Amino acid sequence: MSVFLAKRGLALLVTLLVASIIVFLVMEVLPGDPALIILGTGAQDDTLAALRQQLGLDQPLFTRYLDWVGGLFTGQWGDSYTYGKPVMTLIGERVLVSLPLASMAIVLSTVIALPMGVAAAARHGRASDTAIMGFVQLGVAVPNFWFAMLLILLFAVNLGWVPAGGFAGWEEGAGPALASLLLPAIALALPQAAILARVTRSSVLEVMKEDYVRTARAKGLTRSQALWRHGVRNALIPVVTIMGLQFSFLLAGTIIIENVFYLPGLGRLMFQAIAQRDLVVVKDLVILLAAAVILVNFLVDLSYALLDPRLRLGGDGH
Amino acid sequence: MKSVWKIGLLLAAGITLGAAQASAAKDSLTMGMVLEPPHLDPTAGAAAAIDEVVYANIFEGLTRINQNGEVLPALAKSWDISDDGLTYTFHLVEGAKFHDGSPFEAEDVVFSLKRAMAEDSVNAQKQLFSAIDTVEAKDPKTVVVSLKQPAGNLLFNLGWGDAVMVEAASADGNKQTPIGTGPFKFDRWLSGDRVELSANPDYWGEPAALKSVTFKFIPDPAAAAAAMLSGDVDAFANFPAPELVPQFESDPRFAVVVGSTEGETILSTNNTAAPFDNLQVRQAMAHALDRQSIIDGLFGYGKPIGTHFAPHHPAYVDLVERYPYDPEKAKALLAEAGYPDGFEATLKLPPPPYARRGGEIIAAQLADVGIKVELIPVEWAQWLDQVFRNTDYDLTIVSHTEPMDIGIYGRDTYYFNYDKPEFKALVADLNATTDQDKRYALLRQMQEMITEDAVNGYLFQLAKLGIWDKNLEGLWHNSPVQANDLTGVHWKQ
Repeated sequence: MSVFLAKRGLALLVTLLVASIIVFLVMEVLPGDPALIILGTGAQDDTLAALRQQLGLDQPLFTRYLDWVGGLFTGQWGDSYTYGKPVMTLIGERVLVSLPLASMAIVLSTVIALPMGVAAAARHGRASDTAIMGFVQLGVAVPNFWFAMLLILLFAVNLGWVPAGGFAGWEEGAGPALASLLLPAIALALPQAAILARVTRSSVLEVMKEDYVRTARAKGLTRSQALWRHGVRNALIPVVTIMGLQFSFLLAGTIIIENVFYLPGLGRLMFQAIAQRDLVVVKDLVILLAAAVILVNFLVDLSYALLDPRLRLGGDGH
Repeated sequence: MKSVWKIGLLLAAGITLGAAQASAAKDSLTMGMVLEPPHLDPTAGAAAAIDEVVYANIFEGLTRINQNGEVLPALAKSWDISDDGLTYTFHLVEGAKFHDGSPFEAEDVVFSLKRAMAEDSVNAQKQLFSAIDTVEAKDPKTVVVSLKQPAGNLLFNLGWGDAVMVEAASADGNKQTPIGTGPFKFDRWLSGDRVELSANPDYWGEPAALKSVTFKFIPDPAAAAAAMLSGDVDAFANFPAPELVPQFESDPRFAVVVGSTEGETILSTNNTAAPFDNLQVRQAMAHALDRQSIIDGLFGYGKPIGTHFAPHHPAYVDLVERYPYDPEKAKALLAEAGYPDGFEATLKLPPPPYARRGGEIIAAQLADVGIKVELIPVEWAQWLDQVFRNTDYDLTIVSHTEPMDIGIYGRDTYYFNYDKPEFKALVADLNATTDQDKRYALLRQMQEMITEDAVNGYLFQLAKLGIWDKNLEGLWHNSPVQANDLTGVHWKQ
């Protein structure tokens, strides 16, 4: 287990290093001068030069890369060009929106998807299976931003139960803050739930064909006993894998959903920072998100070991 | 396509709800804005969103510009101009204080102007102050500004957001906690969501009627419409979705106000790139453009222009009919110029709908006379880099929103590459002229010159599309500077 952890840890660091080089170079070759974007078309050349110097953009490429990576480790994440605030503060504020949003979406999608997937598998080929799969098909096909608009029109504009968007802020209390996050979380969760339900269904069906399930049935377990005791647990491995993958899609999804609901989260920060060529913010955010994705995959690997003792004994999962 | 479903949805959902009545005691306002300001210091950035929050509300200058574009006294209650036009003596108002309690005095004017003019200044409009030689405090309430040469537009320039008065002690913190002298003071900024202001109880002038103001940032046009319909915001001074306006026009809760802006929307042309270096080619293009159908294609808001000048300005010359829409004439001119079969060119389109949507219409109109245009969408950062800085383009569409900016045609390096000594001479004359009639005559000559040379395709003056609760009064109908001046805004009693 410790060899497994050390290997994974090292892989994590190497991946982050490669990611840091890629994101740094990409932001360098991307056309767009931050100083020109801040000062606009009326600016004089000497003003632009003064600002570039102030932002440290006149330093050589390699120096800037080292300064940046060094800063990541020492907690000096730099100041945003546009906001003039430490990036860490900016990200800290936004995480308080995005993390609860993503968590709500994951919980919602799991709570919706697992029972539906198992139910569909248990009633394989019957009308309820067809109905559930029809719903799933719809969930996969409907773009989440469009679904989001439908939710807004119904619950905010017509019924007035929740605000049409924006974020009340945690200092206003948990109630208003969670109310602001409810519709976005549903909009994010639905397509994820659809995919997850489909994977759960096929995974359970697959497992139910295994020899050990037949053995269990032969020992006298009823179909549903075999399903719950052996089928579902074993079917969870592909489901957890998909959940891990979905986490990265969820992060991408927040960029769109946070814009539709004008939520001040990481996705919106990323969107604004790219448009304004706020290089420091983009670079730090990408590294942070890369680290989060890698970490989640790491946790997924660990969970395999918990779900399937065979993988635990083998050391490295696959 | 995307907008089509939005229209359908909003129409479907637009069945009126129980009308939200503004109570008589209402004294707060929530104003929607599409873009969030990057920070709140108008002296250190060009983003219009900064001024839209702080101008006239938090910060004030020596002069101010009202919604008709006129220059009014602000922190300078009056001024004397020497006969040679080189010395301006400003008399400051009594009792003005910064929001941190320190008095506003002549030293603050000296500090603010010197800071904007300094070598290491990061003021986006540093050229506003280029005529100024020295700034001195004569006594705490009197400032003397000496000029290098007469500057007819000095008082107007001092009314820009980039020229507001700041205080030495707090200037560096203005990006996050702006401290000005205005009728509203900054309360807090929930980054990504909203900025909150409240009435300044110690304001030196007429106090504002509103007690609190929230600016809420909503980037998505459909979300903006939903926020208005649900009553989450009271007003959108610049509503981003013209295709949804009919729904608001038919809803008795709202007032829809179409006003003018300083945005000359033009088909910018690279005057040194072949074949656009040929006057006949540029004139042919001018004849190929059907302005009214471009405006209609953009939902009918905007006023046709024939030159780079705002139609509501007294010095405007209507040159729309100098090159009337005439595809046959365009073809003939192209043939004369040596392009009987037309030619191919690229058209770079920045993100706003007037460019992306307008670009398709213009491409079709140019195709009718044989000019095949390849449309290249670019984001703003690319546009600034490729088109504006490196002039790596043939054609582009952009709205020039700075007030009174015809002078850009006289700059040594500007992305149109219109390099004409006669025009530069006119700009120099204008800068040195303070007499209004003479200034207007020069401005007319300038307009005629660039239209005659068909420097760019002149399309239309961008409209300001405002939607707000019909009980709200005092919001600007026009925007001569990009601002949401809330000093006169109140709810109907």
